[in-house]
Amino acid sequence: MTNLTDLGIADIRDGVATGSFSAREVATAFNDAVVAGRALNAYLVETPELALAAADAADAAKALGDLKPLSGVPLGIKDLFCTKGVETTAASGILKGFVPQYESTISAKLFDAGAGMLGKLNMDQFAMGSSNETSAFGNVISPWKRNDGGNAALAPGGSSGGSSSAVSARMAPGATGTDTGGSIRQPAAFTGISGIKPTYGRCSRWGTIAFASSLDQAGPMARDVRDCAIMLEAMSGFDPKDATSLDLPVPAWETSLSGDLKGKKVGVPKEYRVDGMPPEIEALWQQGIAYVKDAGAEIVEVSLPHTKYALPTYYIIAPAEASSNLARYDGVRYGLRDLPDGANLQQMYAATRADGFGAEVKRRIMIGTYVLSAGFYDAYFTKAQKVRALIVRDFEQAFATCDVLLTPTAPSAAFGLGEKSDDPLAMYLNDVFTVPSSLAGLPAMSVPGGLDGQGLPLGLQIIGRALDEQSVLNAGLAIEQRAGFTARPGQWW
Amino acid sequence: MSVDLATVRKIASLARIATSDAEAEALLPELNNIIGWIEQLGEVDTTGVEPLAAVIPNHLRLREDRVTDGGIRDAVLANAPQAEHGFFAVPKVIE
Repeated sequence: MTNLTDLGIADIRDGVATGSFSAREVATAFNDAVVAGRALNAYLVETPELALAAADAADAAKALGDLKPLSGVPLGIKDLFCTKGVETTAASGILKGFVPQYESTISAKLFDAGAGMLGKLNMDQFAMGSSNETSAFGNVISPWKRNDGGNAALAPGGSSGGSSSAVSARMAPGATGTDTGGSIRQPAAFTGISGIKPTYGRCSRWGTIAFASSLDQAGPMARDVRDCAIMLEAMSGFDPKDATSLDLPVPAWETSLSGDLKGKKVGVPKEYRVDGMPPEIEALWQQGIAYVKDAGAEIVEVSLPHTKYALPTYYIIAPAEASSNLARYDGVRYGLRDLPDGANLQQMYAATRADGFGAEVKRRIMIGTYVLSAGFYDAYFTKAQKVRALIVRDFEQAFATCDVLLTPTAPSAAFGLGEKSDDPLAMYLNDVFTVPSSLAGLPAMSVPGGLDGQGLPLGLQIIGRALDEQSVLNAGLAIEQRAGFTARPGQWW
Repeated sequence: MSVDLATVRKIASLARIATSDAEAEALLPELNNIIGWIEQLGEVDTTGVEPLAAVIPNHLRLREDRVTDGGIRDAVLANAPQAEHGFFAVPKVIE
């Protein structure tokens, strides 16, 4: 019998439906893999009983002929999503012990669609980071190793590093991620899996712990493009509880999947050829261009002239929104309280926040507070919102001549844990290719394109027009069909 | 524009994050490094550009003015570090 943890979402769904195996067998196999993979520190909370309960419900539904779209599929849930009755911390000390009394819209939709929960996945604290090294509960370790004979522990990417590590290590067939500036796509690229950030507003933000509200979007991370489409359909849809939720029908992305790109134009933005980009990334990009050409697409060069200003724009807007969103952690209503002897209310706030937030979170709150403070607001925040408008316009002009854009996902393969953590700016530069589409709210996905010379996965990014997830998924599928990416990490844990 | 130690302390105070002298001194170069980097936006000509308000065109909805939840006091207080008599409790704020 096949190893059930080798199966993706579509295979599990179909196998349960045809009776090739029971949902309980699947849940048990993944629960065992979660326990066996503890060395990767991908899961903060394990919930095997919830996975089994959903599996039993799926098996009962099968007997009644009443299966739902994700019946029998156990998933990992990023710890940014509030899960009723299950500790949710956003990997921060300030929320240690927080047990939500409600379910986030995204996790509720997945569970309503029949999915079970294997556990809560580790992440960068409050989704602030690109390596999963800012978690208050320890680094997540990538299952991948360089082929140089060394044993360096590698970053799984971030902020959805628990999600990427778990899916890549076969500790979940799929997982939720969230993407504010690349937090689904970069970790997917680092671990050889697929992930899509949909158009801003497709996935409800209700019950998802907020980082930067104008940028935060949930999305799926899974083994392949089809599995992403299946999960995204279950996650998307209008939610009256989120003021920015789009009141639009959810397209049937899975049934409309096609790797045939005849008649499609794929744009290659010249500004993404950044200084110091490794030759292997350039080679990967050229390979990706060859793949989409082979699928029938025409290549057009396009220009996104404000690309180099996307990162500094992001590092004004995201910290500004974060400083406002994270003001709620005050030691009064939930989470940590630090009340030094004789402290007044203000001192309690300051002590609680000093104790509870990690260094990177504090750094971003401070930057955000500064750019929003009296006398500086226009010079920084308003200026950044103007440049953001120009970045949006760049994309609109590019999409006048093409249907999707093709770029590398990240400027390098996975780096080692500790290699960049001392230099915040070097870490920020990792998101150079993913941040612009986040600022513009556009759908974008990463698919594996190949391996670098050290045997590590590299990802290709496809960016689409607003609401055109289908073209993004289709171009991703065309690349997936041609890249034939079957590499997987050896099981050393 | 670079910040000085007094500004770092002021930002920390506005952000309600207790910061020791040593921490403020360590933050100073870090913040200046980041602020110096984001200031490259000054190069961009944004004359006549409206600041972006919403990234995807969306309309603001109105909802019916009626109560849709409530009566969940215990759930609201369930995670409070200190709750007394059905309220959140904090240190005395009036002398």
